[in-house]
Amino acid sequence: MAWPPSPDELIVVDAPEPGGAGGLYRAFGETLRGLKTTFARVVEGPTTIQYPEEKVPVYPRFRGRHRLHRFEDTGLEKCVGCSLCAAACPADCIRVVAAENTPEHRVSAGERYAAVYEINLSRCIFCGYCEVACPFDAITMGHDYEMSDYNRSDLIFTKEMLLQEPFERTPLRAEGE
Amino acid sequence: MISLPFADVTYYEPWWVQIIKAIVIFAVGLQLVPVVLVVERKLLGRFQHRYGPNRVGPFGALQPLADIVKLATKEQFRPRTSIGWLFAIAPVISILTAVAALSLVPFGGVVDIFGTDVGLYGVDVSIGPLYLFAFGAVAFYGIMLGGWSSGSKYSFLGSMRAAAQLISYEVSQGLALVGVVMTAGTLSMSGIVEAQEGMWYVIPQFVGFIIFLTASFAETNRPPFDLVEADAELVGGYNTEYGGGRFASYFFAEYLNVVVVSGIVVTVFFGGWLLPFGIDTPGWLQPFVVLFKMTFFIVFFIWIRATLPRLRYDQLMSFGWKVLLPLATLNALVTAIVVVATD
Repeated sequence: MAWPPSPDELIVVDAPEPGGAGGLYRAFGETLRGLKTTFARVVEGPTTIQYPEEKVPVYPRFRGRHRLHRFEDTGLEKCVGCSLCAAACPADCIRVVAAENTPEHRVSAGERYAAVYEINLSRCIFCGYCEVACPFDAITMGHDYEMSDYNRSDLIFTKEMLLQEPFERTPLRAEGE
Repeated sequence: MISLPFADVTYYEPWWVQIIKAIVIFAVGLQLVPVVLVVERKLLGRFQHRYGPNRVGPFGALQPLADIVKLATKEQFRPRTSIGWLFAIAPVISILTAVAALSLVPFGGVVDIFGTDVGLYGVDVSIGPLYLFAFGAVAFYGIMLGGWSSGSKYSFLGSMRAAAQLISYEVSQGLALVGVVMTAGTLSMSGIVEAQEGMWYVIPQFVGFIIFLTASFAETNRPPFDLVEADAELVGGYNTEYGGGRFASYFFAEYLNVVVVSGIVVTVFFGGWLLPFGIDTPGWLQPFVVLFKMTFFIVFFIWIRATLPRLRYDQLMSFGWKVLLPLATLNALVTAIVVVATD
């Protein structure tokens, strides 16, 4: 092999032989180095987020619990009961029963409205296809992720629940954070 | 008339003071263990970017209480293959030897408390280190019998490792102390402390100190020499089959051993209750000085646990016999020559 080796050649540098006085000296030094490494972790401080008290802020595009929306000016529901979300849903967790709007009883801006709108969150996979499928931006994925409950029937969210503002706002991550 | 070869014990106190002393030392030892427990878990957390326990009580200070209550209220059970009375007695041996060794740690000299001379230690025998190693050797029966009588493969392997490990490291530990004993010219623990008036033995006996400390990690089955437990390969080693109060006893003994070893290191190498630069320690301060110094070593034990990985079994053996033992022998030999030459 030519010396000095060309830059493409790999050179195996053998570690010093273990054992002997040199090995002992190195072991001592390496132990001290290890102690320094672990102590640096103490200096850095814990990275734990104390979950129930502190919450991880979510990104703006985080796909949490769904929300249904109303028009801000008229207060009418945006959902027209077209069932496109239910058709797009791969987990088949959305149930929509549409009904006709009448002049006396006007719920949504379109011809029809969703008389029943249920999302079974125990089946939902939070893919966001419903949000994409919706022609009126009536359903969007919100930021809530604390949805555990004690029984499955409580995880079927009705239209009223989805229309409400969440009780507790999930912290949103600031721009560039 | 044959006089039995008993050790000389210097007593300064009446019998009732000795009983009070025994209770106080046991109580202090008992209180230290939960503190060490919670400090260890908190510190290990910090070493790993975590907080450690902080839910039970303020800053998690009541965590050991919760642990002990949980363990004490558990059902006692044993495998059908185990030997009942040995299985029950083994943790007792472990805890007994740990407490007995604690009595050797001097927390101060002889002080005057309400007109009575009281030595701030359990006993001051004329054979201090021998007493220590005697109980260290008996302590190994606790682990050995516990593992063997469990009638389980993992426990048996753990106890076999314990036997080999304790024997190999006790030799080096003993030889490391020989240097100190020769320099001090006494085997009494308080005598050794008093001999360090001018200079703590950690300076002239630095090699001995390192060897003693290393061997102590093996003696107390602490990482990186915790092959006896070796969670990853032996489930829990000798205490695999133990649960509830008996497991708590083993646990207690392990942590008390850490306290004891820290106390011995402080006594033998760091001048016990002596303050540096020849400052005279007032009597009431002496136990606190010892406890303060012990804290450093307890923290060091935890620090090492957070740092070093467990050794492989053959590495452990070759390190003990090929490195520590020759070094300890050399240290004792050189010390002997120096002691004789400067005498």
